[in-house]
Amino acid sequence: MTTPNQFQPSARQHAWRKFVSGAMAGLMLVCAAVVMAPIFLVLYFLIREGATSLDWAFFTQLPKPSGELGGGMANAIVGTFVLLTMAASIGVPVGVMGGIYLAEYGSERANSWIRFMADVLNGVPSIVWGMVVWALLVVPFKTFSAYAGGVALGLMMIPLVMRTTEEVLILVPQGYREAGLALGIARWKIITVIVVKTALKGIITGILIATARVAGETAPLLFTALGNNFWSHRLSEPISALPLLIYSYAVSPYDDWHRQAWAGALVLMAFILSLNILVRLLSRDRKFT
Amino acid sequence: MADLSPPKPIAAGPPAGASSAVPRIPPSIAGGEMEVAFDIAGFSLWYGANQALFDVDIRIPTRAVTAIIGPSGCGKSTFLRALNRMHELTPGTRIAGRLRLFGEDLYAAAIDPVVVRRRVGMVFQKSNPFPTMSIADNVLVGLRLNGVSDRAFLRDRLEASLRMAALWDEVKDHLSRPGISLSGGQQQRLCIARALAVQPEVLLMDEPCSALDPIATAKIEELINELRASFTVIIVTHNMQQAARVSNRTAFFYLGKLVEYDQTRTIFMNPSNSQTEAYVAGRFG
Repeated sequence: MTTPNQFQPSARQHAWRKFVSGAMAGLMLVCAAVVMAPIFLVLYFLIREGATSLDWAFFTQLPKPSGELGGGMANAIVGTFVLLTMAASIGVPVGVMGGIYLAEYGSERANSWIRFMADVLNGVPSIVWGMVVWALLVVPFKTFSAYAGGVALGLMMIPLVMRTTEEVLILVPQGYREAGLALGIARWKIITVIVVKTALKGIITGILIATARVAGETAPLLFTALGNNFWSHRLSEPISALPLLIYSYAVSPYDDWHRQAWAGALVLMAFILSLNILVRLLSRDRKFT
Repeated sequence: MADLSPPKPIAAGPPAGASSAVPRIPPSIAGGEMEVAFDIAGFSLWYGANQALFDVDIRIPTRAVTAIIGPSGCGKSTFLRALNRMHELTPGTRIAGRLRLFGEDLYAAAIDPVVVRRRVGMVFQKSNPFPTMSIADNVLVGLRLNGVSDRAFLRDRLEASLRMAALWDEVKDHLSRPGISLSGGQQQRLCIARALAVQPEVLLMDEPCSALDPIATAKIEELINELRASFTVIIVTHNMQQAARVSNRTAFFYLGKLVEYDQTRTIFMNPSNSQTEAYVAGRFG
């Protein structure tokens, strides 16, 4: 015989609980919508303000001198790609190899320090990177340059790429490493041919995320790449980049430049968005049996 | 010389309930003359401060199947992994004692563990074909990554290894399909083919059938019977019927010690140690 359950709610209590439950669920739905709203706001304003200024000239012409209408951001678009290529050629090899070290070789003690420092580096404000590289490369060589900009972005990529590489390598089951070792294969070959290859999609995903992250950086370029209203013919010259040109156009007093800044922001956003979509496609079927 | 012919393969494992009746025992190597593959004496192994193996003395014959049985945590997998130095992947392990393969000390300072593992191959509990590779690439990866590039030789090894693993007829028409597209039992046979492709002297099997259904298990056991003729096979198993079906000799481990080691028939029919008797009768473990 069981005693009557004193915790059994009355009908009124039950209705109240249902109401509170529904209200909380609704509140959380609103919060989720608030999280999503900015992306739509950003896209809405960029397209509204920027789409009308996007024309063929925007992608092919140099900026016009102040006061003249028209012109484009061709040099900044190319400059952004040049800077990202240089950044990736520093950030990818160092970051991937550092990640391999963390996942495959490092001792527990050393790893926790390296991880901690990589996380600190991830949190370093991007303008600080700009200042450091300015002191390292701009001051001694007495010129702003594409090199300095590429190095600043590349240094920012290293900890990002390193941590994502480490994380996906750790996901590769130990059984594959053991199977390779049991075949009498040298460890470095197992790591390069079997482990890294198994995790390759994840590593590429990390590289793309890091690239997307630095593609929009302005602060580290202010003291390094500086910007350039013309084509850069040498990497030792200052070079233009989309975020830099957007910044200088947006703070200018000219309506035409404001329009072009919106258009530049739209192009930059579209580029970063497409990198992110690529990431989604790549990581969709990442699974290791 | 004793009767080394393999027993006739049994189509499928007996039902689990049949454990009271001792299953059919394969003809074992008679005592006395045998060619020794592993000659192990006073072998102990520690994980950090924990001793996992105590003073193991055992001589494992070549061209025969040796089963290692014992309850979970008795050190049987540790012992198996010590035979090709796989335990060294766990940091902080250390060993003492003698472990020789065909007279050669596998733990000598000059011996590279990579070379040991080429001679002593291993098949794992969970089948693990490399997910990025085709069936053919899986079989040949050990050779390729050890610098073999002769196409005719690779083709020969591919077919020979898959035939030895009794997989050739099932996969010969789609060798370029991913290895992980095969069924669980086929994947395990692919892993056996991969291990055989590098022509090891010894094949270690760590519960190779524990994740397989009875039909796939029967195929692997059949295969082990055939490997007996040319290899030294050492198999760790939780399944005593399997040990009885496939092995010539059986070693019973308990709490890190080798309790009893004898011909399989003797271990199952007439063990001399009471713990062995209790374990094979299913009274503990």
